Amino acid sequence: MAIVETRNLTKVFKEGQPGAVNNVSLQTREGEFLVFLGPSGSGKTTLLRMIAGLEQPTAGEILIGGAVVNHLPPRERRIAMVFQSYALYPHLTVFKNIAFPLKAQKVKKELHQQKVDWAASLLGIGKLLNRKPRELSGGERQRVALARAIVREPTVFLLDEPLSNLDAKLRAAAREELEEFQKRIGTTTIYVTHDQVEAMAMGDRVVVLHQGIVRQIGTPKEVYDDPADTFVATFLGSPPMNLLEAKDVIVGFRPERFLPSELLTPGGEQAAKNFQPQSVLVADVKDPLKRIPLRFRVEIVEYLGAERILYGYLAGTRFEKKLVYSRIPSSVLVNYEANSVHDFAVPESELRFFDPATEKRIAPKAFQWQ
Amino acid sequence: MVQGRGREILGKLVHWSIVVAFSVLLAFPFYWMLITSFKRTGDLYNLKNNPFVFNEKPTLEHLQLLFHDTLYLRWISNTAFVGALVVLITLLLSVPAAYGLARLTGRWGQRLGIGIFLTYLVPPTLLFLPLARLVAILGLQDSLWSLVLVYPSFTIPFSTWLLMGFFKSIPPELEDAAMVDGLTRFGAFLKLVIPISISGILTVTIFTFTLVTQEFVYALTFISSESRQMVGVGVPIFLVRGDVYYWGSLMAACLITSLPIALLYNLFLDRFIAGFTVGAVK
Amino acid sequence: MSNRKLGAVMFLPAILYVLAVVGVPFVLAFIYSVGDVKIASVGYHFVGLENFRSVLQSPAFRRSLYDSVVFTVGTQIIVLVGSTILALALKEPFRGRGLVRFLILLPWVAPVSLGAIGWKWILDSLYSVINWALIAVHLVRPFEGPMWLGEPSLAMMSVIGVESWRLLPFSTVILLAGLTAIPRDIPEAAAVDGAGFWRTMFQITIPMMLPIVNVAVLFGIIFTFTDMTVVYILTRGGPYDTTQVLPSLAFFTGVLGGDLAEGAAISIFLVPLLVAVAYLMLRVAHRSEVA
Repeated sequence: MAIVETRNLTKVFKEGQPGAVNNVSLQTREGEFLVFLGPSGSGKTTLLRMIAGLEQPTAGEILIGGAVVNHLPPRERRIAMVFQSYALYPHLTVFKNIAFPLKAQKVKKELHQQKVDWAASLLGIGKLLNRKPRELSGGERQRVALARAIVREPTVFLLDEPLSNLDAKLRAAAREELEEFQKRIGTTTIYVTHDQVEAMAMGDRVVVLHQGIVRQIGTPKEVYDDPADTFVATFLGSPPMNLLEAKDVIVGFRPERFLPSELLTPGGEQAAKNFQPQSVLVADVKDPLKRIPLRFRVEIVEYLGAERILYGYLAGTRFEKKLVYSRIPSSVLVNYEANSVHDFAVPESELRFFDPATEKRIAPKAFQWQ
Repeated sequence: MVQGRGREILGKLVHWSIVVAFSVLLAFPFYWMLITSFKRTGDLYNLKNNPFVFNEKPTLEHLQLLFHDTLYLRWISNTAFVGALVVLITLLLSVPAAYGLARLTGRWGQRLGIGIFLTYLVPPTLLFLPLARLVAILGLQDSLWSLVLVYPSFTIPFSTWLLMGFFKSIPPELEDAAMVDGLTRFGAFLKLVIPISISGILTVTIFTFTLVTQEFVYALTFISSESRQMVGVGVPIFLVRGDVYYWGSLMAACLITSLPIALLYNLFLDRFIAGFTVGAVK
Repeated sequence: MSNRKLGAVMFLPAILYVLAVVGVPFVLAFIYSVGDVKIASVGYHFVGLENFRSVLQSPAFRRSLYDSVVFTVGTQIIVLVGSTILALALKEPFRGRGLVRFLILLPWVAPVSLGAIGWKWILDSLYSVINWALIAVHLVRPFEGPMWLGEPSLAMMSVIGVESWRLLPFSTVILLAGLTAIPRDIPEAAAVDGAGFWRTMFQITIPMMLPIVNVAVLFGIIFTFTDMTVVYILTRGGPYDTTQVLPSLAFFTGVLGGDLAEGAAISIFLVPLLVAVAYLMLRVAHRSEVA
């Protein structure tokens, strides 16, 4: 297994147009599952394809295992790739599909059977070896694609949204299988997706990309709890982080932290009673008990089974017109109805502050709620 | 690294050579027609002259001969006449047929569609003898009407199959919406499907017309008099006096007839391919 | 009106027309071939297989059967190889591709007879530009330029050449359509898997094109085997019947010779091939349906 590194990697498709990938520098860790996360057009697939050698960078370097590989064709980079559509060769049997890389790399014919069997057993598709791709289900095809990828024992795995063609129920199971698979073989893996749930569930670290630029690299916890800018803050988490914009600062808090005051601490009602609504906040993040009380006028309630999402407005604040979300676990047995007003609160330590001009995260700052 | 670049250049060179070689091979006769049309007779038939250049000044004499002393223009108008009528008949019959087969008849309609297409493969060189007799019995020998009657036998299958492809590519929900809004199925066909498919219908028109101009066997068999002949038969057969071919005028006629058809064809080729692949891939 | 009925009403006129103008003559061809019809004759007498017997015994017929096979096979091989190469070369966009496409389509688009007569001029025994060029580079001595249409084996080569020239564009277009239907992922996966240019071409791209190659070849065989135009214009079947193919023989016998019955008998021999090809095409269509 090897470390993949990019240095100032840039790809411009059309002169004069902004680049698809702009000056991206990153480095994987050995054996890690690294996720490239971003919306469509963020450059994540282009980045992956450059690492694979399917696109030529406009500037910058790509290193695999410490060596610069910019001018090497894909087949000399010791990588394997699983495409979104799996790209199985339709005219070949599963066996021949998996054996194809061996044939192409001129591995001795006698060894083919043994290696294919090994790859097939790793993925549990031994019974399918004589079938053709068109006879397989979506999940089976994915496993064949993985077997074909692993049969050469590559140093890096590249996966381009392999789960997006599966239907929702299958996706969860396939995701689990993939995670398990990667842990077992331990090869450095780069995984591209636009689905933040997938990214958080599977990734050891997540690279959040937007418009070809890396916004943040970090563990799922880091990108979720400590977003580097407003893009990362709103891209991760569903519903997204609530953002309130003032002239010189943007304040954000996650819907699942915006809860009825009674829930937040024992004796919370007491603290709420002592609070003066007009006072200016001086944030003290070290005190976990400090919370901002807010009157929440609920407009819409969405019942999702395990939780409820409440859509509403912060009554009595200067942000009355801004729609905010709250996420309440269904273990809370209180009934919330449309057009009712309740006492909610946000722990001060959960507030995140951003600079309106740069959109980047800044230290806590004075903030007017009224 | 150097090796990679070198191979890339070699690859490009090979690619270009292939493209140029095929282009020259395939287009050369037309270039030759162009040169021949404008060369003076003396220059043309002088074995000592380099045929690739104009050794004497170019001339319009062949063109003048073609337009004034031959029935070339007559043949063109005959062809236009037959073409227009055949296109009309073909559209009238194949547009509804294609729609009926594409939308309304399920699986056996599919099979009928393939069946219709297979009749396109029945060659004129099998049917022309019985048809000659039938034409004689009907009293249509040596008349353009025989061609008007017979040509749809291959233009209808071809057009129906092509149009089936076009109609299939229109989402059926559009017609469903129209029917919910109050149209009958046939009304939806007339007022919705046909306007949407205008480009497909136009493509079929062009291709039908080119099929008519390209036809040779029936025209040769049914029409005997020079003045009623079509351009595809008239040019190679009648631009001859005795044993002598009037090559200058002949080549001019070929070029003048082929070029407009080629231009039209190219304009509509992409749509043709789209309809063709939809029909094939279904 | 129910959908089914409306559908039937809509396609019935077309089907009836085609049945009348194709089906009836098709049946008549068989009837004439077992009768004694002449173009001008009035009556009809059944003569059984007499026409077929005389046709099979005639050396002209046997020669034309042989010529037809050579003509068809030769053309198909050239067209298959040529159009595959050309389609592969045209797959990716490049500057000037539009112009190239126009030039390449010319042989197919121009009326067959006009393209053929153009070649007749190029291959003329005296004034052939090819011969002039060969003489100019001293590959051939002056006045000894090959008689492209006058010598038996050269004549066959010439008609095969012209027919291939005419069919190449059509075949290329079909193959190109098949090529562009291959998803872009697949050659990329092959590249990542380690396949170089040639391996990808021969083990992935071309095998995936096979269904459409089938279609192109089957069409090509029909068009070539049943075509009389190129032969008629270039050689009239000569020299000495060495390029006479079945359809042109049927024409000379039936129309110019007036013997409809024998002409019909000759053209009936086209039918077995048509049936075989139609069957194969249906199988290809069925198989791609299953996929």
